[in-house]
Formats: sequence, C-alpha cells, structure tokens
Amino acid sequence: MPITEADIEKIAQLAHLEISDEERKMFAPQISEIVTYVEQLNEIDTSSVEPALGGLTPEGEATPADRNDEVQPSLGQKIALDQAPDPAAGHFRVPKVLG
Amino acid sequence: MPSKSTRQLTESIARGETSARATIESAVSAAEQLNDSLNAFLEIDRNGALSRAEAIDTSANRESLRLAGLPIAIKDNICVKGLQTSCGSRILGPYHPPYNATAVDRLLAAGAVVIGKTNCDEFAMGSSNENSAFGPVRNPWDVACVPGGSSGGSAAVVAAGIVPVALGSDTGGSVRQPASLCGVIGLKPTYGRISRYGLVAFGSSLDQIGIFARSAADAAAVLEVMAGRDPHDATTADVPVPAYVSETEKDLAANFRLGVSRALLGDGLNDEVGHAIADAIEAYRELGAEIVDIDLPHAKYAIAVYYIIATAEASSNLARYDGVRYGFRAEEAPGLRDMYKRTREEGFGPEVKRRIMLGTYVLSAGYYDAYYLKAQKVRALLRQDFAKAFAQCDAILTPTSPTPAFKFGEKVDDPLAMYLNDIYTVTANLAGIPGISVPCGLSSEGLPIGMQLLGPYWSESAILRAAHAYETLRPFTAQPQIHVDRNR
Repeated sequence: MPITEADIEKIAQLAHLEISDEERKMFAPQISEIVTYVEQLNEIDTSSVEPALGGLTPEGEATPADRNDEVQPSLGQKIALDQAPDPAAGHFRVPKVLG
Repeated sequence: MPSKSTRQLTESIARGETSARATIESAVSAAEQLNDSLNAFLEIDRNGALSRAEAIDTSANRESLRLAGLPIAIKDNICVKGLQTSCGSRILGPYHPPYNATAVDRLLAAGAVVIGKTNCDEFAMGSSNENSAFGPVRNPWDVACVPGGSSGGSAAVVAAGIVPVALGSDTGGSVRQPASLCGVIGLKPTYGRISRYGLVAFGSSLDQIGIFARSAADAAAVLEVMAGRDPHDATTADVPVPAYVSETEKDLAANFRLGVSRALLGDGLNDEVGHAIADAIEAYRELGAEIVDIDLPHAKYAIAVYYIIATAEASSNLARYDGVRYGFRAEEAPGLRDMYKRTREEGFGPEVKRRIMLGTYVLSAGYYDAYYLKAQKVRALLRQDFAKAFAQCDAILTPTSPTPAFKFGEKVDDPLAMYLNDIYTVTANLAGIPGISVPCGLSSEGLPIGMQLLGPYWSESAILRAAHAYETLRPFTAQPQIHVDRNR
C-alpha cells in the first residue's frame, strides 16, 4: 500500500516525532517500498496458525519468572535524578503540560 | 604470528607469570593508536582499566579468576558503570549508567578488564555502521569498506587484535554479520542464554548479547562465564550451563549431520561467497560429517517478518527517550508535547526515525492484524521449519552475509537493500536459536567471507564444536591491513 506524505505526518504525530518537510519527502517513498515488500506475507495462508508472540524457547516458558515480594535496595532519589536534564526539588521538571 | 589463546593468557596472569597491568597497558595503547584509523571506540578507559589490572595483579584470589586480566571491549549499548552508554545516539547525551549489565558484572567478577566502549549503529539499527551519530567504524581489512553492523566497533577491535574478545548485541544479525565482514568469530546464543539486564532494549523478543572472538574456544570461555539465569531478566531460562570450553574442544561427533538448504544458496548470493560456502561443505565432509539437504520453506519471508516485528518492538522500546529523566532535551519547547517531539526529532538519526515510524504504522489501529499479527504467525511457521530441519540434522550451514564488506555510501540511500544484508541472520533471532559466524575465506579483493552455523535451542556446545573443528582443519590466518603488531 502506498504511504503518502500525509500518512507520514500522521504516523510521526503518533510516534511523537516532529519531522521536517525534507524528511517527510524522503520517508514517504522509502516506507512505501518497505511496506510493499512486507506485504508479500499475504501470499501465505495463516488462517490456522497460532501467532508466536514473544521469543521464548520452551525451556524459557517453563522457567518461573515470579519472585518473592520483598523490599530490595533501589537506586535512590539522588542517583535517579543525577542525569535528568532539569531536576528540581527531588522531581523531574518538564515544560507546562496544559496550554 | 598467532596471539596467545585467551586461556594461556588468563592462566598465566592468574599464576602471576604475566602481569595484568602490562597486558592491559598494551591493549589500551593499541586501542589509542589504532582508533584514529578505525573510529571503533567511543570511549577508552585507560585509567580505570589500568587500576583494575593492578588490583588483579595484587588480588589474593587472583588464581581463582577464570578470565584474569582479560582485556575486553563492550558495545556502547551495554551498561558498564562509570563509562558512557550512548548507543551511538545523540539522544542519550553523555549518559552514564549507575549499574553494570549482568553480563558485564559476571565478566568483571571473573577478572576481565573493560578497556572501552565500542561504536555502533544508533540503537543497534543498521548493517554498515553508517547510522552511528559519531561517524562509522572503518573495516580494518579496507578502511574504504564498512565493518558491518550494528556491532561494527566490537568486530573491528577484535579483528585488529586490540582485544581477544568483545561483546555486541544481536537482534537480527548485529554480531554475526560484522563478524563475517571483519573475519572473526561471532556468536549469538539461544534466546534466554545470557541476561539482557543492562542491554539497551531494541527488539525485546529478538535481542541477545553476543560474543566476538578470534577462536571458538575463546568465545566459549566468555560464554561460560556470562550464561545462565538472572533474576533481573525474566527471559533468561533455567537451563544448566555446560563447560563450554571443554565441550568446544571435543572432536566432532562421528555421526554429525550438517544441513544445507540449496534454496538459500541461490539468488542474490555473491559468487565468491557461494564458492567459499561450497568449500566449507567439502571441509565438513572431510571431517566426517554427513551432508543433509534440508528445506526452510518460510526462510524467504524472514526479512519481511523481521522488519515488522523488530520495528514494532523498537517503536515501543524507544518511546522512553523523551527528554525527561536522562539524556538530551531540546531547548525552549513551549509545552510538554512539543518538548517530546523536538527532543526526539533532534536526538534521533534518520534510520531510527524510519524504524520508529514503520513500527508505529504496523501497530496502529486498523493495521495491527494485517502486519504485526500476520508477521507473528509467519514467525510461528518459521519456527516449525527449524524444528523439522533439526529433526534431520545437528546444525545448518549458510553464508552469514550475501556479500563481503561493501563500500561506504553504497547502500545508504536504499534502506530495503540494506535490510536484505540480514537475509541469512534474522531467522535465528525470529526462531530464538543460536548461530555462529566463522571466517571461511577471502574474496579476490582480500576481504573476509563468513559462514554461519545454526543449531537447535541450547546447542551452543555443538555449534562451537563444529566451528572449532572447521578452524582446526582450515585455520584462518590472514591479517587485516590495520592490526596490532605485538612483535614490534
């Protein structure tokens, strides 16, 4: 299916990307080509196939992933905030949320 | 001149006959000298590595360290405390993780010394290293050629002899393909064999940490230390860890059956690669293997399946880069949503944006069943193909990459052509099985060619042994143009 520049704009909005006109022009034919390529999967009848969701092996599936609900040491506030672009009073400060 | 094997080196350091400090000093100096030509390291940790080496030389438990003083390099998407983790991206800024990846922790506990972080395609997305925000790694065999990707830096530093072993990550071939293009061993283990805690997520149902080395036994030594269950990664499986080194060095089983798919050796395969694979099949015959024709009818769809699943998972995993908690934030955005969008626009490179958008598209309302669910169903069929094939054979031989290393710029404007480089490698990630790339010849231009051995789940011992048998019969002794001369 062809992907138009308007589609690219809509996808970019969904993906939280503010793309330039130049990028829109570049991405539309490239993503169209890739989407057309992947549509070859429609040749295969999968009506009776269960999807393989996830990547686990049978042994991985059988490995219990639960653990006891115990308090463990964590990074702590200082380390967690250490690399924030704009930390303030123990929080992550961001630009205003509602306009 | 072959370098000392990892085991001889680390045993000698453990016994106190060789100094860890001198070993690490030599590796760090080589890294510093060759990095102008290779651009393979994004950070070299001279001081940290030397002080760690000194600590090993004077350590009371030195003799019990399995990797005493082993210099290693780590791809810059795997966390090492105290060093940067950029993922080859601007969006992480100079991020310094506050903890070690479990795989790194286990290597350090065994006495290995991290000498630096290696360059890669941004967020491990690429087959040529041209997507690194910090310039591409150059191939030590020919600096006009790509080293492969995405773990090109780790492949190049092992090929150039700077370190005997390096870590990468493999989501669709990102360890095996650069290993092939740089003439070294590249191992992607079974999904769940090595913890991904501390590996920056790309495609979570596909990602595995992998190993670059110059011999199968060296790869085995490092795998043995890193493998096994980790409570911090729920996808690690509770499967016993064999003594991989001694398993690797055993003789090839007398009734070893090697599967070959003729259909995979047809269209699009470079002639010289085809000849090298035919020679490798003959070598296995000489080793006593039975060659079995197998069929993987859905393998031709693997790239289509992969680029739906990997981009869908990436679009979700990379949603976390929003300029709030760490890394880069765009300046002067009036509101939160604008800040997210500008941060991501300025912070991500074109290939990452392309994949985020493709992944967003295939997951978006109305398209999920047509693309994502369809791909997961074909993935199930591909897994069944492998299950059937492994009922007939113990391992499957394929090329690793359809061509030797190509020139910079050759495929950069054609994303689909670039994706097709991964035709032989993505199947292992989709199926969750282990694979190893082994050097098996040189092209007429003197560039390495790699073959790939794929095995059933948890068959690392068997494919390492098959690789070891091959490299014993046909030693790969050629040296790249750019390499460390330790005899100077």
